[in-house]
Amino acid sequence: MIKKQDILCLAGAAVFACAPLVLDAYWTDVLNNIGLYAILALSLNIILGQCGLFQMGHAAFFAVGAYTSAILNTMFDIPLLWTMPLAGILAGLFGLIVARPIIHLRGDYLLIVTIGIVEIIRIALINDVGGLTGGANGIFGIDRPMLFGLKIKRPYQFFYLIWGFCAVTIFLFHRLENSRFGRALNYIKDDDVAAEGSGIDISRYKLIAFVIGAFWAGMVGTIFAGKMKIISPESFSFWESVLLFTIVILGGMGSIRGVLLGAFLIIGLPELFRDFASARMLVFGAAMIAMMIFRTQGLLPPLPRKYDVSRFFSKAEGEQS
Amino acid sequence: MSLVELKNLTKTFGGLLAVNDVSFSVEEGSIVGLIGPNGAGKTTVFNLITGNYIPDTGEAIFDGKDVVGMQTHRIVNLGIARTFQTIRLFKSLNALENVLSGCHCRMKSGVFASMFRTPAQRAEEKRVLEKAMSELEFVGLKDQWDTQADSLSYGKQRLLEIARALATEPKFIILDEPAGGMNDQETQELIELIKAIRERGITVLLIEHDMSLVMKICEHLIVLEYGAVIAEGDPETIKNDPRVIEAYLGADDDLL
Repeated sequence: MIKKQDILCLAGAAVFACAPLVLDAYWTDVLNNIGLYAILALSLNIILGQCGLFQMGHAAFFAVGAYTSAILNTMFDIPLLWTMPLAGILAGLFGLIVARPIIHLRGDYLLIVTIGIVEIIRIALINDVGGLTGGANGIFGIDRPMLFGLKIKRPYQFFYLIWGFCAVTIFLFHRLENSRFGRALNYIKDDDVAAEGSGIDISRYKLIAFVIGAFWAGMVGTIFAGKMKIISPESFSFWESVLLFTIVILGGMGSIRGVLLGAFLIIGLPELFRDFASARMLVFGAAMIAMMIFRTQGLLPPLPRKYDVSRFFSKAEGEQS
Repeated sequence: MSLVELKNLTKTFGGLLAVNDVSFSVEEGSIVGLIGPNGAGKTTVFNLITGNYIPDTGEAIFDGKDVVGMQTHRIVNLGIARTFQTIRLFKSLNALENVLSGCHCRMKSGVFASMFRTPAQRAEEKRVLEKAMSELEFVGLKDQWDTQADSLSYGKQRLLEIARALATEPKFIILDEPAGGMNDQETQELIELIKAIRERGITVLLIEHDMSLVMKICEHLIVLEYGAVIAEGDPETIKNDPRVIEAYLGADDDLL
């Protein structure tokens, strides 16, 4: 059964896939950046958007993934994409370890601790922990990713790698959203006392949300390392976390299409208005204030889930006719 | 056989003795009422049974197990469900999804099964959808399945809370002022509903201020005052107990 909406989505994706054919390398690269941020924001969306946990340290997980891949690739010559699962697992494990003690914190308290986490990671990287991270200079000479024997180095090649991964992410996260797990996160966001009282292990689900978000951010780290060839602590600053946070809030908490729109606006628009780059913060700030007043749910808030309940009503209708 | 047995439960909040050495038991298959003036500690007793609070001393035995110190979701899993005095529905979600939250603890599929839509996961989703719809039908909200919870009338929100609690497949349901905010007709329907719940083999414990409702459906009443049990017995005994009349109903027994 193919629905009209699915066809529209596929058609949109097909048109979008042709973008590198008409765009030059620069604009393709802009789209690549948007794609990376979109996947990161989608992973943050599970924690922040669906579960309602104020997490402003997402760059920490991204950093753990990127450095894992970079270290494995430069020191042990493991092909970059092979390190991707491990980057995800280490980031997820890191997420589990740091989130475990703070998972009961609410709202802004959690926010402050997560800001601390991302700063600790950044400073640890600068201090060259264990002689592995290369200090403030970072790690250079990372290999390009190889996919089916093809070396990915040009922007249009990265376009297909990044947006392909983004498509897989959207597909899986959409399914996750419409499942027992996705619903449980929404219950926790709405009222955690009632969720616990309805039999949901809220600490466990919050932790799983953190681990999935961190795992995905870690995998994006691998692609980022392959795209940049050089990674350094500046790439994982608090500012990156704020950008991701803004994307989710602006686009619509818990809404996949909202987050995608948010990524295009927050990462794409500054490229279009390069001349006003210095006014960027001003515009962001003003936009956020306007949002908080006029549209707190975000630009594209999540649509209600669909349930096919027609079969429960067919008998009653039969009696009427 | 008693399904629930409370033994010497005591709970203090700072200097306030909220529940003072409360012991009572609830027979399996009965409808028991917990009454008392405002601030007598009724809801606190509920919260001690459901794990929202941990008592300072005492035991709460459910089905042979002491549930004191257990996390609330584990207690729900064992078969104790509750509704809240101040309605706590998931306001941004529809009625069906609210009931589905109750089904959660009887489901198994995890993250991977959901991502890859395994056959077991799909069968389970189908099964709980059926379960949730039947619970909505049971409380009479089937036609409003896709109404957002906070758009329902107050009385219907109470019914939805009951449906959510029933979806956890409890052996024992605790209703905290279920008739609060209901009109007379709704209260009549509620009485029938509570009887129907008992017909399903579920033991009911309720707190209620509506005395006519309590007297009509409860077989056994427990009266609390200042956190302590002052009387216990069938409605007829309680009605005529001078201590209850004085403490709870005042000197004026016209109320009954």
